[in-house]
Amino acid sequence: MSSGKTVSFWISRGEGDRTEFKEYSTTITEGMVVLDAVHQIQAESAPDLACRWNCKAGKCGSCSAEVNGKPALMCMTRMNDLDLSQPVSIEPMKAFPRIRDLVTDVSWNYAVKERIKKFNPRAPDSPDGTWRMQQADVERAQEFRKCIECFLCQDVCHVLREHGRHDRFGGPRHFVYTAALEMHPLDTENRLKGLKDTDGIGYCNITKCCTKVCPEHITITDNAIIPLKERVADEFYDPLTKLFRIFKPKREPRR
Amino acid sequence: MEQGSSYTSHKHDVLVIGAGGAGLRASIEASACGAKVGLVCKSLLGKAHTVMAEGGVAAALGNVDDRDNWRVHFSDTMRGGQYLNNWRMAELHAKEAPDRVRELEKWGALMDRTPDGRILQRNFGGHRYPRLAHVGDRTGLEMIRTLQDHGIHQGLDVFMEYTVLELIKDGDRVVGALGYDRERGRFHVFQANAIVLATGGIGRAYKITSNSWEYTGDGHALAYLAGADLADMEFIQFHPTGMVWPPSVKGILVTEGVRGEGGVLRNSQGKRFMFDDIPDLYKDQTADNEEEGWRYVTGDKDARRPPELLTRDHVARCIVNETKSGRGSPHGGVFLDISWVKEKIKDSEAHIRKKLPSMYHQFKELAGIDITKEPMEVGPTTHYIMGGIRVDGDTQMSTVPGLFAAGECASGLHGANRLGGNSLSDLLVFGKRAGEHAAAFATEHGEGDIDANVIGAAIDESLAPFEREGDENPYQLQYELQDLMQDHVGIVRNEADMMKGVAGVRELEERAKKARVDGHREFNPGWHTALDLRNLLIVSEAIARSALDRTESRGGHFREDFPAKDEGQANHNTVVRRSSEGSMNVSRQQIAAMSDELIDIIKEMG
Repeated sequence: MSSGKTVSFWISRGEGDRTEFKEYSTTITEGMVVLDAVHQIQAESAPDLACRWNCKAGKCGSCSAEVNGKPALMCMTRMNDLDLSQPVSIEPMKAFPRIRDLVTDVSWNYAVKERIKKFNPRAPDSPDGTWRMQQADVERAQEFRKCIECFLCQDVCHVLREHGRHDRFGGPRHFVYTAALEMHPLDTENRLKGLKDTDGIGYCNITKCCTKVCPEHITITDNAIIPLKERVADEFYDPLTKLFRIFKPKREPRR
Repeated sequence: MEQGSSYTSHKHDVLVIGAGGAGLRASIEASACGAKVGLVCKSLLGKAHTVMAEGGVAAALGNVDDRDNWRVHFSDTMRGGQYLNNWRMAELHAKEAPDRVRELEKWGALMDRTPDGRILQRNFGGHRYPRLAHVGDRTGLEMIRTLQDHGIHQGLDVFMEYTVLELIKDGDRVVGALGYDRERGRFHVFQANAIVLATGGIGRAYKITSNSWEYTGDGHALAYLAGADLADMEFIQFHPTGMVWPPSVKGILVTEGVRGEGGVLRNSQGKRFMFDDIPDLYKDQTADNEEEGWRYVTGDKDARRPPELLTRDHVARCIVNETKSGRGSPHGGVFLDISWVKEKIKDSEAHIRKKLPSMYHQFKELAGIDITKEPMEVGPTTHYIMGGIRVDGDTQMSTVPGLFAAGECASGLHGANRLGGNSLSDLLVFGKRAGEHAAAFATEHGEGDIDANVIGAAIDESLAPFEREGDENPYQLQYELQDLMQDHVGIVRNEADMMKGVAGVRELEERAKKARVDGHREFNPGWHTALDLRNLLIVSEAIARSALDRTESRGGHFREDFPAKDEGQANHNTVVRRSSEGSMNVSRQQIAAMSDELIDIIKEMG
């Protein structure tokens, strides 16, 4: 890409349902990302253009949007990876209500997280109150703890995006969160009932869209959702387990 | 659309402003002490700048090297700070950091492990032994997420995307704050018996910075305007390794962990220039050949650390020296190379990706560079301010009753230069202390009176940019301030430049009174930028004036007109205070005499 090229953007602006695409142009130089272009447009021609951002390094997950229709972090989307022969479109995430321009109301995610049972460790392994864990065991949950809560996986998930089942489905982010807790070597809690009933993991039909958009490359579907689905199935639907339960005294959930 | 100057009122025992590591830890503690806590943050919860911290959290756990203990950590911190630290804070920090780190594990943090299953620790600049508990190179994310996920079950009232504009006093004491929510632009008054400031730093006063937009010195400025002392504002840490290319990522941090894992700095001639300039204070602790340096980073307890792991102020100046002498990299930095370890270890590519995953992605995605195969280009970036609100070492209360501060916006722990890893532990240790003492203060003191006239005036002032006739663009003013500070009060300073800096800040202050904003109050970044200017200008002036007053070079403060340390200036902190007429006064505060026990520790550690 030559430096100093003028590029057009179609940016979705407005509040609630009153929205429209507006055209802007700005000069793009080497190495710029979409967020740089948005900042430049703010400073040059649209001072009140609303967008969220923080770290500009792909670590905080604030600048989630849809660039040319694809959910992405604006700070990690390089301009020279886009087709610049036509205007670059920038829209807010679709799975959440818009507040203004590129900013959406993501508070629902925070509410969902709060209802998931918190971390509950086993008693310390050592008299000094500390635990022993092997690196191999922590790595499994560490993958899920890489999540930066950008909510792009929520945005792309059809259960939320197309069907709007925010009332009975927690979404990939919260399955990753639950997986991190359930697979934490020290955790003793059981969250399977919540996964089945409140967070509706059964609605996920493993299309893997969430995995594809994850900027942290977390293998959401294979490593988090499918194992959780299996645990839910084992706990609630397995005929053998059901049979055993009839004859065996009721036991505590998995510890 | 507009709601005029009406406001909503909230009442809490303790109000915490800022939800990074310090604010979250303070909130958790205050809440655990039984206080009703309000937590206000400019961003969404969990996005604060703590998330950017990479290398680790320093605590003398002694898991990797059992010679480590709080006394070594204390003496390392004091040496790094060139003995201008609040020694009581350095003592408490070194003693309490291990418990604070273990507590994170109790709350679900999953740190990397030693072979026997304990918390792994890594080497870092200025720390004598491997001391940084970490998770790859995303330790900050692990920490903030752990605190966030624990905190949301503690009954905190969280106000996300709110900005505080003004602290409200009743007599001498702080009794509340005025803020607005960024989403809707409505005003809110928070009444509180005690307030904890945990607003982080001031990086946005500079053009090249690793800091996010939030770092506009809000806590520093709010405290200053409320009459509190600021101290050590001349001491800014320019992290030696920020990205320098491409231009749009200039300043983004490259973790010191790269050097901790064996990364080396070279100039354009391929020379490891750090061996050429090892300060006397560190000569005994530093390797004098490449082989010993490598043995150190691979865990040889008898080896001394490589000079790349000297303190940040020194490494940054050495890099500037190389680039100024024409031995820099093509884009004005130097080379940082981790790929060379392929000479030493098998499967080095997988090893680097495992140890430095975020760095691998950052360079791959933003610069098109594979760090397992080729060197990075790096140069100094504004990273951290050691100075801040002057607080009591035990309670974290500022010189204004009821007003507490913790984390980067407070001063004291780091003195003239902070060691890497000591800020994450700072957040935990002093966040907890601030929360605890704020809760106690709130119990001991009743509600204050909130003066409606003060609120009215502050609201009018904040709405003025919509109504005035001016023609100044707030974004432009911010850019000009960043250029001014970068050029005149940057890494290498002198009197003439800094005088220009002060004059320039005053001029921008006048122009900021004419800043105009279009549109309405709902999520309007132009308005937010206009409101941030006041704070940025105050901290910029405080930095420049403090730097002028210290006529020597020490730690993060380097003056080419006074390049040496002056023993006559080794015993005071520079203090900035607002006079009753509103002008900025600078004075020198003698450092209290250290206890005999601590003096002995420093002597013993050499």
